[in-house]
Amino acid sequence: MSTRRDFIKIAATGLGGLALGAGSVAWFRGTSRWAETAAKAAAGFQGRFTTYCEICFWNCAGWTYTDEEGRITRITGNAGDPHCHGRLCPRGTGGVGAYYDEDRLRTPLIRKEVNGKQKFVPAGWDEALDLVAERLKEISRKHGPESIALFNHGSPGDHFGHLLKAMGSNNITAPSFAQCRGPRDTGWYVTFGTGVGSPEPTDIRDTRCLVLIGSHIGENMHNGQVQEMADAIDRGATLITVDPRFSTAASKSRFWLPIKPSTDLALLMAWIHVLIYEELYNRDYVERYTYGFDLLKEHVWNMTPEWAYGITTLQPALIRETARQMANAAPSVIVHPGRHVTWYGDDTQRARAIAILNALLGSWGSRGGFYFAESVPVPNYPHPEYPTPAWSWQDLQREKYPLAGLAVSNVLVEASLKETEANRRIRAWMVAGTNLPLTIPLKETLEQAMQDVEFLLVVDTMPMEITGYADVVLPECTYLERYDSLRSSAHREPNIALRMPAAEPMYDSKPSWWMAKQLGDRLGLGSYFNYADYTDVLEWQLQQLGTSLEEMKKTGVKKFPRTSGPLYFQKGENYTFNTNTGKIELYATELAATGYDPMPVYTPHEEPPPGYYRLIYGRAPMHTFSRTANNPNLTDLMDQNDVWVNPRVARLWGLENGQYVYLKNPEGIVSSFPIRVRITERIRWDSVYMVHGFGHSWKKLSRAYGKGANDTELMSKVTIDPVMGGTGMRGNFVTFVTEEPVAKEAES
Amino acid sequence: MRYAMAIDTKKCVGCSDCVVACQTENNVPIGYCRDWVVESVAGTYPLVELEIRSERCNHCDNAPCVRCCPTGASHIVEGGVVMVTPNKCIGCGACIQSCPYDARYSHPDGYVDKCTFCYHRLVKGGRPACVEVCPTRCMYFGDLDQPQSEVSQILARRKWKVLAPEAGTRPQVYFLV
Repeated sequence: MSTRRDFIKIAATGLGGLALGAGSVAWFRGTSRWAETAAKAAAGFQGRFTTYCEICFWNCAGWTYTDEEGRITRITGNAGDPHCHGRLCPRGTGGVGAYYDEDRLRTPLIRKEVNGKQKFVPAGWDEALDLVAERLKEISRKHGPESIALFNHGSPGDHFGHLLKAMGSNNITAPSFAQCRGPRDTGWYVTFGTGVGSPEPTDIRDTRCLVLIGSHIGENMHNGQVQEMADAIDRGATLITVDPRFSTAASKSRFWLPIKPSTDLALLMAWIHVLIYEELYNRDYVERYTYGFDLLKEHVWNMTPEWAYGITTLQPALIRETARQMANAAPSVIVHPGRHVTWYGDDTQRARAIAILNALLGSWGSRGGFYFAESVPVPNYPHPEYPTPAWSWQDLQREKYPLAGLAVSNVLVEASLKETEANRRIRAWMVAGTNLPLTIPLKETLEQAMQDVEFLLVVDTMPMEITGYADVVLPECTYLERYDSLRSSAHREPNIALRMPAAEPMYDSKPSWWMAKQLGDRLGLGSYFNYADYTDVLEWQLQQLGTSLEEMKKTGVKKFPRTSGPLYFQKGENYTFNTNTGKIELYATELAATGYDPMPVYTPHEEPPPGYYRLIYGRAPMHTFSRTANNPNLTDLMDQNDVWVNPRVARLWGLENGQYVYLKNPEGIVSSFPIRVRITERIRWDSVYMVHGFGHSWKKLSRAYGKGANDTELMSKVTIDPVMGGTGMRGNFVTFVTEEPVAKEAES
Repeated sequence: MRYAMAIDTKKCVGCSDCVVACQTENNVPIGYCRDWVVESVAGTYPLVELEIRSERCNHCDNAPCVRCCPTGASHIVEGGVVMVTPNKCIGCGACIQSCPYDARYSHPDGYVDKCTFCYHRLVKGGRPACVEVCPTRCMYFGDLDQPQSEVSQILARRKWKVLAPEAGTRPQVYFLV
C-alpha cells in the first residue's frame, strides 16, 4: 500500500551525538568493584539535585545524586514530599535508566524522501524548528490555528499547550481522560459536583475499611496510595477486593470477591440495596447532604444480593457480609473510585454507583474516607491574553458527549479523518510524551488519522512507535536533565515541588520549554515567551509564592498552610455541593437532563464466544504503560509480559508453563509477537490476563522489541461510554494460537 | 551486636523496589541482583493464597559459605554480616554451591558478590538501601541484641519464619507471616 506517510523505523543516527565516553551505560558497566563503590560512597556524593519524577503521573519529588565525575548515580525520594514520603517506587528508583538508555532519541529527525524511499534524516535544531514553524504557520493560515491539536501526557504538555494556546487553538487532549480516568471523574462530577482528581484524596492512612473494585493498588504503583494501604494493613483495616483475578491487593484482603468480569455494576447495586434495605446507611449524612434517596430506594428494591448472585457468581451471603463490613466502618470507609476505568462502556454509571455507595456510607469528607484536597495556585508568568479560538474541542463533542469535561482523544482522532470531509477539522498533530499506538485502541482509525493529517510532530525522549508516523521528531531530554513547570499538587497540605537538571542534556536533546519557546519565537509569538531561560519563569513564580529558586533547590518541596478549611466536614456542617440541587445527587439531575439514566442500571455485556477468553489487562509495579518497556533498569526486573491462564484452561489447550503462544481475537487480529504462558490459579477460567505496555514493534527499542504481547492491538472492539466518550476496552476476547502464524508482510 | 532483618509478607506487594534500589546503591551490574522477589501461590481458584517475599543473603550465624571458602574471602564482620573481599576471591564458586538460599552470584569482574546488608551504610549509622526505599515499609532492620531495636520489637510481637531452617544455617532474615 502506498501511503503519504510510510511507517519509518528510526535508523541508527551514528555516533555523532554520542556524548558519553566508554559506553553510554558506564554507570553500570563500569569496572568499579565493591571497594571502589564503598570508597565513593564514603567520600560523599558530588551533588544532589531536586526533581520530581516523570516516570509516572504520580510525580513523586526526589533527589538525583551525581558522583564526582558528575554522572548520575541514583535517585531517592524527598522525605518532605506527601506523594512519596522519601520513598520512590521501583520506577522512580529506576528512573536513572531513562537517562542512560542508549536507545534514546539523539537528534531532531526530519522525514525525507531519499531514492524513492521515505526515511528520517538527522537534522540540526534550526533546520527542524524552522520546518515545524513553517508547516504550522501554513496549516494555521489555510485552516485556522484551531486545526492544530496537541496530544500530550505529562510535563511536555505544559509547554506545548502554552504554545498551542498562544497560536489560538485549545484543542488539547490527553489519553488519560477517554482511555483512563474520564468516566470516574464524570461520574463523580454529576454526583458530588467535583471530580476525584489526582492524587486521589482517599484517606487510606486513617481508613477502617478499603474497598477496591478492579483497582489493584500495589500492582499499580501509585506510590502514596500503596504506602497508605500498607499502613492500613498494619493498623488492621478491613480490605475488600473485587477482582476476577487474585491480585496482590486481593491476597492482602480479608474479603476477596472473585467476580465474573463485566458484572461489577450488579454487585455495586446489590451493595446499595443491602445498605438501604438493611438500614445500614449513614442516615444523618444522607438526610443532610444528599438528594434523591427515595428515588434510589425505589430504584434498587429488586436488586438484591440474590439477583446479583445470578449475574456476578458471588454468594449472596458474601455480598451482604461485605456490605455490613463497610457499614460497620462507616464513615471511615473508602469504596475506591479506581483510576483506569474505561472497561465496558457503562463506566460512568459504574463510577456513579461507587460514588453513591460512598455517599450512603458518608465517607466523602470524612476521616478515613475522602479528605478535601487543596492545592496552591501557581501564577502564570506574565504573557499577553491568549487569542480566543473560533472553535474548540467542546464544539466537536457538545452534541455527543455533553458531560465530558475534557477533550475526548478519540473525538479529535475522528475529526482528523479525511473521509469525513465535513468534520475534517483537525489538520495537524503535535504529540508530546504519549505513545498513541499503544494507548488508543482501534488501531485502524488511529493509523488512518495519522495518515490523513497534513503534519505530525512528535516530541519524545524515546523512539516510541508514534515517532514512526511523524514528519518531524524532536528529541526531548529526560526529566533528569531539565527544568520544568512547578508541580503543584492537591493534597492534605498544599505543596509545590521543583524539578531541576542534574546533568546537561545528553546527545542533542533539549527540554520542551526550550523547543516551545523556539517555535514561539519563529511563529511571531515571542511575547508569550518573554524570558531567556526557564529559570526566569520559575524564579518569578516562586517569588509570587513567597519563596525562591534558591530555597526550592535546597528543599525540593514546599508546603503551604491550608486556607480552605479543615480536611473533613465538621459535625453538623452544612455544605452546598456544586450540583444542580446543591446536594450530593444520588439521583443525578444532570444525567436525567441530558437523557441518560439518572441512576445506574445494570446491563449485561457480551460474553466471550466458545474457545475465547476475556482479555483483562493491568499494571506491573515496575512499569508505566508502554513508556518504561525499554528502561535498562526496569526491563531487568521485568522484560516481557506473561499471559495468565487458569490451569483448567491450560489443560484444555495443552499449554505448558513458559510456553510461547500467539493470541488471536475473534476479528482475526493475531498478536504481532508471541507471549509467554503463565499457568496460575490466580486467574478465572473465563479470562486471561496480561500486563499492558509490552509487545513493542519498534526495533530501535532494543530491549523492548518483540517482548511480549501488545494488548492494545488486540482491542478491535471498543464500547464507547455514551456519557463521556470513554473507550471501554475490556470487551475484547482472545484465543490461543500455538503454531507460528504465517509470516506477516515485512514492515517497510 | 547482631544485625538482622525482618520482612512483613503481609505488607510486601512485590514491587521489586528493593531490587532496583540495591542495584543503584551497590552498582550491581544489570542482569544480576543481590536481592529478588519470590511469589508463592497455593490453593485452587478461588481459594488461593499468595505469599510475596523479598529475599537476599540470610547472613547466617552458621554460614556454610564462610566455612567452605578456600581463601578467606568470605568472612563475617562485626554484627554478623557475611562479607566477600573481592580481591581475595578467586571466583571458585564453592560458596555459591554451598548456599541453600542461592544468594550469591558470580560478578562479571571475576569475584562472587552478594548482599552486604549495605555494610557501607551501616558503619555510618544508616540502614540498608532496600529498607530505606521500600514504599510499604515492610522491612525492619536493626540489632537483635538490642531489645528496643525495631527488628527485636517486631519479632517479639509477630509470628515469623525463616527459610530452610532444616539446613541448620541459623539465618538472620526473618519473614513475618
